[in-house]
Amino acid sequence: MSAAENIVTEAPAVEAVPKRAMTLGLGTSLVVLAALCLVPLFVKNFIIFQLTMLLIYGLAVLALNILTGGSGQFSLGQSAFYAVGAYTSAILMEHANMNYALTLPIAGVICFAFGYLFGKPALRLSGVYLALATFALATAMPQLLKLGFFEYWTGGVQGLVVTKPDAPFGLPMSQDMWLYYFTLAITIGIYIASVNLLRSRSGRAFMAIRDNEIAASAMGVDVALYKTLAFGVSAGITGVAGGLGAIAVQFVAPDGYTITLAISLFLGMVVGGVGWLPGSIVGSAFIIFVPNIAEGISKGLSGAVFGVLLFLVIFLVPHGARQVAMVAQGLIGKLKR
Amino acid sequence: MELFTNQVLAGIATGAIYACMALAVVMIYQAIDHLNFAQGEMAMFSTFISWQLMQWGVPYWGAFILTLALSFAGGIAIERLLFKPLAKAPILTNVAGFIALFAIVNSVAGLIWDFTIKQYPTPFGSSPFLGSQLISTHQAGMIGVTILLLILLFIFFQYTRIGLAMRAAASVPESARLVGINTSWMIALGWGMATAIGAIAGMLIAPVVFLEPNMMGGVLIYGFAAAVLGGLTSPLGAVIGGFLVGVFENLAGTYIPGVGNELKLPIALALIIVVLVVKPAGLFGRPIVKRV
Repeated sequence: MSAAENIVTEAPAVEAVPKRAMTLGLGTSLVVLAALCLVPLFVKNFIIFQLTMLLIYGLAVLALNILTGGSGQFSLGQSAFYAVGAYTSAILMEHANMNYALTLPIAGVICFAFGYLFGKPALRLSGVYLALATFALATAMPQLLKLGFFEYWTGGVQGLVVTKPDAPFGLPMSQDMWLYYFTLAITIGIYIASVNLLRSRSGRAFMAIRDNEIAASAMGVDVALYKTLAFGVSAGITGVAGGLGAIAVQFVAPDGYTITLAISLFLGMVVGGVGWLPGSIVGSAFIIFVPNIAEGISKGLSGAVFGVLLFLVIFLVPHGARQVAMVAQGLIGKLKR
Repeated sequence: MELFTNQVLAGIATGAIYACMALAVVMIYQAIDHLNFAQGEMAMFSTFISWQLMQWGVPYWGAFILTLALSFAGGIAIERLLFKPLAKAPILTNVAGFIALFAIVNSVAGLIWDFTIKQYPTPFGSSPFLGSQLISTHQAGMIGVTILLLILLFIFFQYTRIGLAMRAAASVPESARLVGINTSWMIALGWGMATAIGAIAGMLIAPVVFLEPNMMGGVLIYGFAAAVLGGLTSPLGAVIGGFLVGVFENLAGTYIPGVGNELKLPIALALIIVVLVVKPAGLFGRPIVKRV
């Protein structure tokens, strides 16, 4: 075997997405924002709850998007960070009687630290190896949460029940609606912060690493620092999403955070378009609503219907919602002329 | 000491399952450079086909051969129909495709054969092997078949024209195309072989874990772990990795206090992460040097 055979030019695992293509224009953003603000006024409480979950999963997908679309690292372990965030919030609310809003930053910080520390050994891994390591984390998490050692805090297999907060200041709003707007505010905040992060020096460093790690380090990017940082930021945002999820569902239990959740988040990212932040919400809609649609089409074959729908999406638009948006943008551009 | 030997033997017996699956994982990784998440489900489906054939009165070995042929054709068909169009799509889209395939195969198998647990026959019998209570003749047979398979694969890749062509297509596709190798069909062939090997693994595992649509879930995770541990580029590494994972899992369950059955999987996976951090290419894998 010749030596040349062992040297490869590494094809980037994730295709390069230019910075500007990562976000929506100002006008479109405002339309989407207005829609998100107005819709809950016209629908039933259950649908408001589903919309809240849409935003929460959207945040989690966004976090994964920063990690994969931004810095080019895979993760099938997001459910572990989500679980840590959810449990942090739930434990602080139930054992320490803390205000629900205050638990979220704490969940974020704890998850940031957890993700940063996990990113350290994961530095040596890339591609499938990293996928496997994060996968292991996700598989281990429900088992760890069930351990008798933590049972006083976590409630073991039974989990913890979380009280749903009322609207503050006597606002005439149902609990669901308040929680929706609360989540929306946090989501918008994190979205803007993420966009700015990717536009900053750190964001450019992430993308340089994604596109070519060796070239990035030759240019003076501290690869180890930025890779772990990307893990930390991603985990932190996922943790906030997890905390919000715990408050919205009013319940945390180990079996709610299995590898299935991690796979769903991953699918959400692919469907939404890797590296396109607004796609996160589209992806989140896919993972929340498509299984229901599949169940509606055929009960016994819901898994197969879900698979076929997923195949349809990736056959028609291999680059996810981003591709649809680009085509739409092109069409609008033509009409204007 | 006797406890130790017993646990090692039991570990080798379960390790044979993982080794089989890991071999299939490495096969497909060689051909397409991806881990196929649907591999376990495809193996499960093949096993169900063989079970159905036996229900219709086909003798064991007849069903065995027929299933291999069907799986081989099925693997090629899946590649041609579903994954060839995705060849140019981003890697992550391919992974989503595997997950979709997983959902489809699992759900269809559940619909056709339902989710009840079925007995599956073994050609080796299940009496104790050489008087040992820990390894049954079936498990010994399984180890034997795995090693036989490994030798056959080695001969195929080292000494046949088509094996050489497959290796060439996998390592340097551009140059392989220039010397007239149809790389696209080599990939299809890799899918076919991997599916057939998966079918063998499924048919050997089924008597131990019983036949049902979810039987492969845990096995595939261990199969991946074993393949990664041994090195994804090395079939021999995969088999050794399989046995190592089996043995380690058993020893950890016995000797580390507080591990028990519940933490076996996390511990096994933790070991693998440690190995990877120390030796990222796996124990027997070829390190790949990257350039800009």
